[in-house]
Amino acid sequence: MASAFSATKFTQPLPLNTSTSRSHGKQSVFDPLKSSTSFLGSTRKLRFTSFPKLNQPNSHRPSLVVAVSEAVKEKKLKSTSNLLITKEEGLELYEDMVLGRAFEDMCAQMYYRGKMFGFVHLYNGQEAVSTGFIKLLKKEDYVVSTYRDHVHALSKGVPARAVMSELFGKTTGCCRGQGGSMHMFSKEHNLLGGFAFIGEGIPVATGAAFTSKYKREVLKEGDSEDVTLAFFGDGTCNNGQFFECLNLAALWKLPIVFVVENNLWAIGMSHLRATSDPEIWKKGPAFGMPGVHVDGMDVLKVREVAKAAIGRARRGEGPTLVECETYRFRGHSLADPDELRDPAEKAHYAARDPIISLKKYIIEKSLASEAELKVIEKKIDEVVEDAVEFANESPLPPRSQLLENVFADPKGFGIGPDGRYRCEDPKFTEGTAHV
Amino acid sequence: MASCLRRYGRRLSVSICEKRELSTACEGKVIQQQQQQQQQQTAKLLNLCSAINQALHLALETDPRSYVFGEDVSFGGVFRCTTGLTERFGKNRVFNTPLCEQGIVGFGIGLAAMGNRAIAEIQFADYIYPAFDQIVNEAAKFRYRSGNQYDCGGLTIRAPYGAVGHGGHYHSQSPEAFFCHVPGIKVVIPRSPQQAKGLLLSCIRDPNPVVFFEPKWLYRLAVEEVPEHDYMLPLSEAEVIREGSDITLVGWGAQLSIMEQACTDAEKDGISCELIDLKTLIPWDKETVETSVRKTGRLLISHEAPVTGGFGAEISASIVERCFLRLEAPVARVCGLDTPFPLVFEPFYMPTKNKILDAIKSTVNY
Repeated sequence: MASAFSATKFTQPLPLNTSTSRSHGKQSVFDPLKSSTSFLGSTRKLRFTSFPKLNQPNSHRPSLVVAVSEAVKEKKLKSTSNLLITKEEGLELYEDMVLGRAFEDMCAQMYYRGKMFGFVHLYNGQEAVSTGFIKLLKKEDYVVSTYRDHVHALSKGVPARAVMSELFGKTTGCCRGQGGSMHMFSKEHNLLGGFAFIGEGIPVATGAAFTSKYKREVLKEGDSEDVTLAFFGDGTCNNGQFFECLNLAALWKLPIVFVVENNLWAIGMSHLRATSDPEIWKKGPAFGMPGVHVDGMDVLKVREVAKAAIGRARRGEGPTLVECETYRFRGHSLADPDELRDPAEKAHYAARDPIISLKKYIIEKSLASEAELKVIEKKIDEVVEDAVEFANESPLPPRSQLLENVFADPKGFGIGPDGRYRCEDPKFTEGTAHV
Repeated sequence: MASCLRRYGRRLSVSICEKRELSTACEGKVIQQQQQQQQQQTAKLLNLCSAINQALHLALETDPRSYVFGEDVSFGGVFRCTTGLTERFGKNRVFNTPLCEQGIVGFGIGLAAMGNRAIAEIQFADYIYPAFDQIVNEAAKFRYRSGNQYDCGGLTIRAPYGAVGHGGHYHSQSPEAFFCHVPGIKVVIPRSPQQAKGLLLSCIRDPNPVVFFEPKWLYRLAVEEVPEHDYMLPLSEAEVIREGSDITLVGWGAQLSIMEQACTDAEKDGISCELIDLKTLIPWDKETVETSVRKTGRLLISHEAPVTGGFGAEISASIVERCFLRLEAPVARVCGLDTPFPLVFEPFYMPTKNKILDAIKSTVNY
């Protein structure tokens, strides 16, 4: 990987970018006085703002992506074959992305049928980021996610059954029904959760990264550091916690990769109107870590960047900030009517659906046939159907679970008026005790 | 959407008619006086979010240096409380902020300190904790520590709070107790659309920083006749919304409708309940509650927040101090359980009508 992504390319983000990307701006970019939204919002108008001019499908950041794909091309020339992935890898990636998509579509169906409730946030369209990154991890590596975490959980290996039951609120779910859509945790798969609150997961991920570094360097366990991936969105990049953690991670050279899933929208707030400098990857070098931008709709490009970043972390060279430009096809949550986004923008990204792109790549490079891909799709359909059935048949949590897990020791609830521990009161297990 | 409504169905037994009865029966004397003073004022049927929307329109109209800002407010907000404001008053006065609660409130404090009226919206009360530092350490102490040279009285923070049926841990919390512990700010919670409009306008125009919690469950469900003109309801005045003689019930916000149902049921068993809406939590109207308890001799407090350390504890302690000899039974508190707000177990966690009814009966029969 050192050949494709040398340290210099990482730390000084590609001087190419600074000149060429500006040239796409039609207005006088650096003149805040002329810009109508100079008071509130980005002072630099990048090409996204001229959305009506969407007829050039790849006008989006070609300069920045060129930086990555050039490096990728370099690697291609050096390797013996023309391919970025082997057949097995290709099928694995395809299966994972199809699982993510099918699962989320089924979630939507189940939600509208009233089987699950609460606030559910779907990941359609962003599968390339989850698959591209998480499929490179070992089981011991950690993943910290946001409220849009179903697919991260699935990619990390949590069975679809457990995730679906958790969504239905059943006791067989990965958090025994107590977490719900936004809080997927799994000790077995080292998934440190789903966080409903934006930015709350990043410090947690920093702590996990510190643990793995400590284990290797001080306790001398294992021969490479377990990497932590922290996923979060573009809105989070304006939050204090994000900056604090970038500083901590770079200061202590933690084995963590900060993955920004920049889908351009925070509910109804456009990223460009909320951020002074919308190019998030630039915030990395400001804190002393490399910042990379990658096209998040292309799983192969994401995978290349992920390999480099994860490799860096594993070797103990420190954190990386990766900005993945991606898009969510559905609204923010299932309760969001999604009226604010320009249909042309949606159509533009829908045309770059990561699953369709990967399928095209696999077939063009003759890695697998159409029939083999169909077999995978059918298998995934069955897995998802099975998950729904399993969740349907699972029992709801018993009332006795109501007061559990508030404290480590239920005796933490103290002594009741009758002199005994409250948790020994038989009503405690019925959930009716006074605590 | 349909499933959400079905969930609400369980609570929809707070019939719209009952709500209207509640308000017209003991419509604040304030309203009657105002109606006598002015000509026939028109009133319209509005729900809570529309009433709040109207209040914001009036606030921005009457003061050219007032601003509304928060996450997603310019398209109307996730609950549509701020619709039409950007179109009418412009992006310089009604604008979106990035996702940084600490920044939003701190920035609001700065605006207020410069003499502006800053109306900050926190998207859900559960998200107010990053801003807690700014509210407690800065907003509450601004006037005090600068010797009255500067103050941030123009700051009003609006946040939807409370259970909504399917909110889970982070969309249903009731954090009012944390703020009630802070001298220097006011905490106000309306119970209905007509109250909300008047109270919000009072909060905005009050020379102290105010945290205004709106019961999100009532945003669409509560419908009431709301006068269209500009009116303000007094802060720190509790209201007796139902007269009775056997037991006093104190509550605020959405919980009142549940308590009202319990009162009606208790009436059938011959227990006459007096129901008080506290409206302002700090500084709260101790005199009204005390007068009522002196009349009935019994007190029951109900709120959604967990019972330990909830605001009910403060009310209980104060009333016991003042009315110890008059009390005929211990003060009862029917509140949420001492667990994080659950997702699936919400119906067990909430202080429901039956729990309140049981407590009324056991208090009266002590």
